[in-house]
Amino acid sequence: MSVTDEAPAGHVGRELRRKEDPRLITGRARYVDDISLPGMLWASFVRSSEAHATIVSIDTSAAAARDGIHAVFTGEDMSDLGGPLPMAWVPPGVEVNNPEHWPLARGAVKHVGDPVAVVVGEDRYAVQDAAEDVIVEYDELPAIIDPEAAIAGPPYVHEQFGTNRVHEWSLAGGDVEAGFAEADVVVERRVINHRIAGAPIECRGVLADYRAGSLTLWTATQVPHFVRLFMALLLGLGEDHVRVIAPEVGGGFGQKLQVYGEELFACWASRKLDRPIKWIETRSENMSVAHQGRDQISAVKMGAKRDGTITAFHVKILADFGAYNMILTPLIPSLGAFVMGGCYKIPNVQTDITGVFTNKCPTDAIRGAGRPEATQMIEVTLDQLAHELGMDPVEIRRRNFIPKEDFPAETATGVVYDSGDYHRTLDRLLEHVDVAAFRREQAQLRSEGVYRGIGFCTWTEICGLAPSRITGPAGVGVQAGLWESAMIRVHNTGAVTVYTGTSPHGQGLETAMAQIVADKLGVDPSVVEIIHGDTSMGPEGRNTYGSRSLATGGEAVAKATDKIVDKVKAIVAAELEAAPEDIEVTADRFAVRGSPDKGLALADVAGIAYVGAVPEGMEPGLEETTFYDPENFVFPFGAHACIVDVDAETGKVVVQRYVAVDDCGRAVNPMLIEGQIHGGVAFGIGQALYERVYYDDSGQLITGTFVNYAIPTAAEMPSFETDRTETPSPVNSLGAKGVGEAGTIAASAAVTNAVIDALRPLGVDYINMPLSPMRIWDAISSSQGTNAEGGAQS
Amino acid sequence: MSSTVNVRLSVNGVERTLEVEPRVLLVHALRDNLGLTGTHVGCDTSNCGACTVHLDGEPVKSCTVLAVQADGAEVTTIEGMGTEDNLHPMQEAFWNNHGLQCGYCTPGMIMSAAALLAENPDPTEAEVRHALEGNLCRCTGYHNIVKSVLDAASKSSGVSA
Repeated sequence: MSVTDEAPAGHVGRELRRKEDPRLITGRARYVDDISLPGMLWASFVRSSEAHATIVSIDTSAAAARDGIHAVFTGEDMSDLGGPLPMAWVPPGVEVNNPEHWPLARGAVKHVGDPVAVVVGEDRYAVQDAAEDVIVEYDELPAIIDPEAAIAGPPYVHEQFGTNRVHEWSLAGGDVEAGFAEADVVVERRVINHRIAGAPIECRGVLADYRAGSLTLWTATQVPHFVRLFMALLLGLGEDHVRVIAPEVGGGFGQKLQVYGEELFACWASRKLDRPIKWIETRSENMSVAHQGRDQISAVKMGAKRDGTITAFHVKILADFGAYNMILTPLIPSLGAFVMGGCYKIPNVQTDITGVFTNKCPTDAIRGAGRPEATQMIEVTLDQLAHELGMDPVEIRRRNFIPKEDFPAETATGVVYDSGDYHRTLDRLLEHVDVAAFRREQAQLRSEGVYRGIGFCTWTEICGLAPSRITGPAGVGVQAGLWESAMIRVHNTGAVTVYTGTSPHGQGLETAMAQIVADKLGVDPSVVEIIHGDTSMGPEGRNTYGSRSLATGGEAVAKATDKIVDKVKAIVAAELEAAPEDIEVTADRFAVRGSPDKGLALADVAGIAYVGAVPEGMEPGLEETTFYDPENFVFPFGAHACIVDVDAETGKVVVQRYVAVDDCGRAVNPMLIEGQIHGGVAFGIGQALYERVYYDDSGQLITGTFVNYAIPTAAEMPSFETDRTETPSPVNSLGAKGVGEAGTIAASAAVTNAVIDALRPLGVDYINMPLSPMRIWDAISSSQGTNAEGGAQS
Repeated sequence: MSSTVNVRLSVNGVERTLEVEPRVLLVHALRDNLGLTGTHVGCDTSNCGACTVHLDGEPVKSCTVLAVQADGAEVTTIEGMGTEDNLHPMQEAFWNNHGLQCGYCTPGMIMSAAALLAENPDPTEAEVRHALEGNLCRCTGYHNIVKSVLDAASKSSGVSA
């Protein structure tokens, strides 16, 4: 790490170790399954063994007769719900086919794992035994698994629409046909971004407790505030009577950005049975029913002048949404469309999206959500174009970068990138990676039969989700303003509690937010407590996803703290007989500028505020709330390089080096940023090399456990080399951008380009992920120039 | 309900007697019967290692051991490693090196890492990576976990040598 900016004056910018960790490393943290309540019952779901079938009958008698079983429910029992599970994205003017989606199937199942019945009883094991005794008779219907076959249809997943098409949506800027007409070279590729699982190590889990008209739900979620709203609406309760708590949450990766049927069921059943209900998901369930991600097949076309200047970029995405629309399903490919030009100045860009139903688990946001797919299309195709032109892949990137003078830079599609300095991150990357030396080494190794390759990815993305003017109903039509809230309470003693509307689950926001507050209030971060993930504590919030929690939530905390500071200064000024504008904060007090010894600590000021000895006209107390709605998204960026060895005999890929230079604006805690990059890159490498959700032709899930769905282990991952540049965002006072998804957005393209670079001497010029040994071996074996890519899942 | 059996265990140095069904997994006995919820469950197939504890000093996946199989044994869980005021060196190393994010895999990871150093006090990076192959983490990319274990190794060898 060699960010050359000056050393931080306060806590912000420092690598403070995490406030979260003591409870986590001692086993004292509380995840959902760690919480039990008196009288609690367990639930176990009976799930469809069929990909597509009519339910002929459900015999629950044997299950219900078992000892300790209190109830067995089917879809008909839940007819009193206020409505089906929500799909919240309705783009203005676009027709979206949206089937009803219920917590328990009503009459038919649409994918393996679809819940059919649920058993409620006295212990963890007994309900699983009983669930096995529920006999479901199915009348099998033809299942459609391949999205390209599905779009041609029939058979149809939802017969009532007469099509498997969900929707069509386009975003265009300039005139791509005119751009291609100007081009000297045009490359076209079929880019397959296969289906993956979020696979947090903690599966989902819920504990619902309805008592005396009020509901409390503990759930492993990223979005407790959304869950509260929908529980209230669907159960006919006032939001004031619904409390949703995300306790410690063991990873989300987008999978827990959802309103799930199991959450709704547990709440409904708790009210019905007047007992607390717990459901803890098994890994096999998580792999088959928690929403999955990616699964796009795209026709990608890029045109350029002979000198490498890109003239047009056109992608047509077929996005496999699985069997239902979940909360944001149709939006996901559009998030990619907003940055389809990447970090390049491309005058003509068009993205055409078609969503399609198949008899598979639904897809929705998984780490990166549309932007890894966009980056893969841009960066892999750009390398293909460079090869076609005989250009160096680094050079073609430089040729097309949006120059830093252009920022804020409006792209062809009208999206305004906040800030960027793409040459600087690439220059920094090349300080770590000597490409000329690599090429010599590569040539030498090839003569020895070792196939080593290098791949680059220079990327940007759109995150910090907000602003409401774009995300709200008047914008692209997510039915939510995506502002963020914060409330700061300075207690009598000067201790500080911060309530954030975000809901972190591993990111370290408790630490980062404490650093921000500590600097502003002249206290140590250890006296700043961050409360999150509880809808009854603090104001309404908008949760954690889309790399938003620092850029929106952190900024809200900063703004609320600024209000506290204003009041503190007024009190101190009155006490010290100075002007408020002459009061400044030091490391441990508020003092008159130029007289740092003469001042009051925050605890002294709080004492004054709470005994009511405040200046005339001022309210007592020291507590402030902010709702912050930014003007724009934020656009982090970076330059990554990956070096791989491919074993030509076995097709196995080994990552030798991974170097990531990222710029997520001003750093609050560089240690946390590095951690996010490490994890993000591993997620992207995992997709590129190992992971793939695989269904057979009949719709049976083959990758139903961690035995056959291979998330990376320590043994496969290299040590990562990371570095940063800092280009502040002008959008918020922190200068911060998001970083949670950055590594994932970049990595799969860097790995793919590296593997192709390694394989070229073997006659393989192009290959899609997953870059598994079998697929690489096949590609080498059948290499006759460009490898023809096969079907959707191949 | 099935009949139950008595199981006697020493857990974190305390003698405990449990009455459990013969099929109850050690991890559930620890969590549900003894309230030791620091040991987690992350899969159904013994792949993830979140449930790793020490059984007579050896790391085991407690989802793959029946409570009855542990009869008469000494079990150490994450709660027995150290407290906030008196952390085990491996806990301290994970904290100092940002070796965790969501924390769900962390107890199992710490138990496996501590067992590695008990056997091999001065491992190479490759040895650490190999030893932790049975513990899955989705947050960290393993970089800082490996760094934590190497840091704990270098500190303990400095002290004990």
